[in-house]
Amino acid sequence: MAALRPWLVMAVLLVAAVALPFVVPTYYVQFASKVLIMGILAMGLNLVVGFGGLVSMCHAAFFGLAGYMLAIATPKYDPASFWVSFPLAVGVAALAALIIGALALRTRGVYFIMVTLAFGEMLYFLFHDTSIAGGSDGTFVNYKPEIAIAGRMLVNLDKPLIFYFTVLVFLIATIALLTMLVRSPFGHALAAARDNERRARSLGFPIFRLRLMAFTISGAIAGVAGYFAAAQFGYVAPQMLGWHVSATVLVMVLIGGLRSVAGPLVGAFVLLGLEEYLKLATEYWKLVEGLVVIAIVLALPNGVRHLLTAVLGAPQEPADDQTGVAGAKHV
Amino acid sequence: MDLATFGVQLLNAIQYGMVLFLVASGLTLVFGILGVINLAHGTFYMLGAYIAYGIVSATGSFWLAMIGGVAIAFVAGLALENVFIRRLYGRDHLAQVLLSFGLILVLDDIRQVVFGKDVHSVRPPEFLSGSIQLTANMSYPVYRLAICGFCIAIAVLIFLVIQRTKIGMIVRAGAENREMTRALGISFDQINRYVFAVGIALAALGGIVVSPISTVFPGMGDGMLILSFVVIVVGGIGSITGAAIGALLIGLTDTFGKVFFPTFSSVLIYVLMAAVLLWRPNGILGRREV
Repeated sequence: MAALRPWLVMAVLLVAAVALPFVVPTYYVQFASKVLIMGILAMGLNLVVGFGGLVSMCHAAFFGLAGYMLAIATPKYDPASFWVSFPLAVGVAALAALIIGALALRTRGVYFIMVTLAFGEMLYFLFHDTSIAGGSDGTFVNYKPEIAIAGRMLVNLDKPLIFYFTVLVFLIATIALLTMLVRSPFGHALAAARDNERRARSLGFPIFRLRLMAFTISGAIAGVAGYFAAAQFGYVAPQMLGWHVSATVLVMVLIGGLRSVAGPLVGAFVLLGLEEYLKLATEYWKLVEGLVVIAIVLALPNGVRHLLTAVLGAPQEPADDQTGVAGAKHV
Repeated sequence: MDLATFGVQLLNAIQYGMVLFLVASGLTLVFGILGVINLAHGTFYMLGAYIAYGIVSATGSFWLAMIGGVAIAFVAGLALENVFIRRLYGRDHLAQVLLSFGLILVLDDIRQVVFGKDVHSVRPPEFLSGSIQLTANMSYPVYRLAICGFCIAIAVLIFLVIQRTKIGMIVRAGAENREMTRALGISFDQINRYVFAVGIALAALGGIVVSPISTVFPGMGDGMLILSFVVIVVGGIGSITGAAIGALLIGLTDTFGKVFFPTFSSVLIYVLMAAVLLWRPNGILGRREV
């Protein structure tokens, strides 16, 4: 029974995710798509933050860079081909992560935070101060990318419902990829380097290379999210790359809990839902959100998930996410 | 470029670097002593400028704005340390980053309530508002010279306090080896509080002194925060001398970058940072692993 439960929870969540768009209005389908996109970004970020122990402040830059690649690849009066623009966007995001990671991973701890923040802002200023794709005004993505084979359209992303399911497929693929990675020898070595770098190094793990690989994969996943975000909103602006987005996604990661693959998705749902609610309720929603963030940091260092665990006395999320990744670290 | 233009640009670079130093030294002090990374540092730079605007437009006195702004920031620093920052000692960096991010959101909205989100400018004090004629068609504003002088005076003051006083000795010892200092019977409770408040006050002071030469706008703190980080990464964390070297290097790179490579000027300082990272990952004066 205990072994079955995680799968049961997964199945229930999946059924709920599939059924959702048929029971709520279109607006909420779009909102759900947004949650899934930010969930992909937050889960990707958590590979380096939660499993790698590296607090990156530049993932919004990879997210935005991929969005800009879609905007640049989209012709003025035609949709871009998915088969060209998607690999381009994700590839550029991964390349940027590889380069920034190679420099930033020479540093540790608080230096790493400051260096990633600075390089992320460099990319922000690159789009803000130059005339690339509209400069500080940003630019429109006039058409959603076209997923077609031999001229026949397979998936019409213009329909919110179909867009939602497409993102859902990528979300599930991301969860599968990350779960696989975290459980692989690579994931174990990455966690070992997080828990005790010196020991991991003396055991012969190539720490720099492991972390760079995690950082690059994580940047590529951020690129996937950025591609779909640009496609959904039909608009990219430099703010997409700004560090406030990076920090917001880190909040999602913290809310969801650092030691699970799918936790950040919960965090994305909680934070975006809160924002959605606060924006309707008050003009000063940022003030309330800031206070909530502070309260979460001070009161719930292990995320909302653990609040549920503490209250209900049982694991609420698939516990298998945690296997092999130092569950003992929860205090 | 003739000599006079070069001289003016050099003065600009130094003046810019000195303001950067003012703000970055506060940030590096707070990290060096408290071990806390404070993203809200730039927000206090912005708040300093807005408070200066508020006081100058209410009373007309820039000096009052300067004293009042620093005092408000200092008291706010004491209060924030007591309520929030104190709880971060020994917590991981992620908690520090996110708590200070939460503070940014809160402080930004408080600024919105008190001052609105308009862009303002502040009049410099009367006797500093002229400019010096350098050549037939070139002049240099007195106020910018005054900033240079003032910031250098503050820098000397910081150095004297750190190198020559008992407080400075404790601060240096704490930055070097906190556990050992504590074991020797030094309590950090008070020290932490005052260092944090001084750090915040330095950020606000930076905002106040630049308010007459730059526009006062909501996003000004963000840019300054990033620049301060670059300064600290280049100079080495926790080191005031490092912050001074880093700030001057960034000032020179940015000012002359704008003259020689206008298109790439915003990227140049990051190229400098990347070069320093390749050469010395802990910064020019950084010694220890952090």
